Amino acid sequence: MTTVAPARSESTGDSLTAARSSLANAFFSRLTAGAASLILVTLAAVATFLLVRAWPAITSSSADLASKVDWLGTASSDTLIATIGYLVFGTLLIGTMALLIGAPISFGIALFISHYAPRRLAATLGYIVDLLAAVPSVIYGLWGGFVLIPKLAPFYGWLNREFGWFPLFAGEASPTGRVALSASIVLAIMILPIITAVTREVFLQTPVLHEEAALAMGATRWEMIRMAVFPFARSGMIGATMLGLGRALGETMAVYMILSPGLSYSFHVLEASSHNTIAANIALKFPEANATGVEALIAMGLALFVITLAVNVLARWVVSRRSEFSGAN
Amino acid sequence: MKIAIRTGALASATVLTLVLAACSSSTTTTSSVATSSTPTATQAPLTGALNGSGASSQAAAMDAWRAAFQDANPGVTVNYDPVGSGGGRTAFLDGTVSFAGSDALLSADEVTKSLTTCGPEGAIHIPVYISPIDVVFNLDGVKSLNMTPDTIASIFDGKITKWNDPAIAADNAGAKLPDLAITVVHRSDNSGTTSNFTDYLEKAATTWPYPHSGDWPNAVGEAGAKTSGVVAIVEGTKGTVGYVDASQAGTFGLVSIKVGSSFVAPSPEGAAIAVENSPIAEGANGKFDLAFKLDRKSTVAGAYPLALVSYHVLCANYKDASAGNLVVAFEKYVVSTEGQAAAASAAGSAPIGDKVGALALASVNSIKVG
Repeated sequence: MTTVAPARSESTGDSLTAARSSLANAFFSRLTAGAASLILVTLAAVATFLLVRAWPAITSSSADLASKVDWLGTASSDTLIATIGYLVFGTLLIGTMALLIGAPISFGIALFISHYAPRRLAATLGYIVDLLAAVPSVIYGLWGGFVLIPKLAPFYGWLNREFGWFPLFAGEASPTGRVALSASIVLAIMILPIITAVTREVFLQTPVLHEEAALAMGATRWEMIRMAVFPFARSGMIGATMLGLGRALGETMAVYMILSPGLSYSFHVLEASSHNTIAANIALKFPEANATGVEALIAMGLALFVITLAVNVLARWVVSRRSEFSGAN
Repeated sequence: MKIAIRTGALASATVLTLVLAACSSSTTTTSSVATSSTPTATQAPLTGALNGSGASSQAAAMDAWRAAFQDANPGVTVNYDPVGSGGGRTAFLDGTVSFAGSDALLSADEVTKSLTTCGPEGAIHIPVYISPIDVVFNLDGVKSLNMTPDTIASIFDGKITKWNDPAIAADNAGAKLPDLAITVVHRSDNSGTTSNFTDYLEKAATTWPYPHSGDWPNAVGEAGAKTSGVVAIVEGTKGTVGYVDASQAGTFGLVSIKVGSSFVAPSPEGAAIAVENSPIAEGANGKFDLAFKLDRKSTVAGAYPLALVSYHVLCANYKDASAGNLVVAFEKYVVSTEGQAAAASAAGSAPIGDKVGALALASVNSIKVG
């Protein structure tokens, strides 16, 4: 009996702790589930808002829209759908160029911080990159407009004269420099921190054993990075790039302040008044828009929402496809 | 007497006007109160919040008016939301604000809607300031140029593309015009400045093929967001030409426009002369609705018809007495000489002038309350 009593008391103590911990567990899991579902609820709410508010503009005839909204017409080039088409093109063009400029530089910075720089310099550089992310986009816009663009304009003229045969640099270069390429360059600077921060973390996760194995086989540092680090980090690099693209697609103020807007399907990125992005266009038109105009603008917002969603789905798909071949497993 | 003593203590002509205004406006029965109505000592000082919204271009002037008006009437808070002319008119017609600041007149639809919001007597426009629109350019060594309306229209329509074009040179004997491409700069957002500028080109020039609109009508040149965007582009690039409110024209080269047989440089006085000599728009809501239809072809000596009149849109009859009294008192200050001077120093706008000021005051006095 004496042996049973402590056992029983021990078991009751156990069940008490178990009950308490299972309660805490349940509470915590509910809490995190709630937090997670909040994301879904927010997304659903935004999607519903966009659909409901844009619906009148989407369904009404172009003649009806043209009579109520100044900047829409009935000609095939200025209906709501055509306008959204131009803006989607401009958004993707400027976003993609920003990515092409920004991503390679970001990878370089991240690699330098993770594998080349002395420890102390790496830490300092990391802080500075994170600091860049904290600068508001208005500041980038102002800096771009007042400092960067006047410096770039003569360079654009040169690019246009010497490399005008290349389709992107063809056409008539703007003397003011308020063109799609300027917007892309400023956006590229704005997406540097996010891509750098994520890829740096991913590069640092590379198993040291892989790296040492590569070095032991006589690989140079660059070969080691190519053989051990990149395969391991590939999905992370793609993910980081997509995060950057997301920011570039949705960025408003910097583009609004830098770009001389226009609507066309032109690839001439040195020509002014040829491109605009959805977000900048909404910011531009919203202050003076009437009720129908706001609905049309929300329809544009819906288009951006769909694009961003598509980009993210595509990124997920690429990552999942690539992960099979990566060195991570 | 209490009131008289207090005004004496504050010793300011502005305050006196305001208190007089406050008292006269609170006599709810009259439809047209004389400007010098005797204060009734029984009236309490003004209290409450006056809400308006509208043109962002009025924001600077409005800050000056609000500050002075609130100083003189400590119980009053004036709120102004600079959402834009269109947004302000919508808010006014929805009844969420008591007045709207607008660079453009109410459209026919909006006038119809105002009959619901304000009652059968509808809404009226009161001019609160005049802003000359300057045609500015950036050329080395050239500070002023003469241009006819046709020349300006051709430049802004992309028909004249070089600064040394004969059409420009013809009116500017002796000016050193470079062989440089003209870069036209216009607004990218919908704006009252654009609307007035294109209205001027439409009426005064024979070479402008577009109707006036707040959105820039052609694809010539480059665009900047808001006035500051246009200013930044003109500042940054040689050979640019743009149009901006005079208050923000800075130190750019200025175009003198041809009026009658002479060239007139932009000035507040010139703009005021042009407005004084303009008729009231057709379909205006009675004689107190000061909706000017600017005479762009004016040949009056010294007139500068390329100007923008900024309005406050008010109800002709406020059923809500407290809101109405505040509106009347506030607008009396706005159109007074002191209010106009405050706006001129704060926002660089042009005063509406004595003649238009007297008309505006009569209009404010015509507002019925209750």
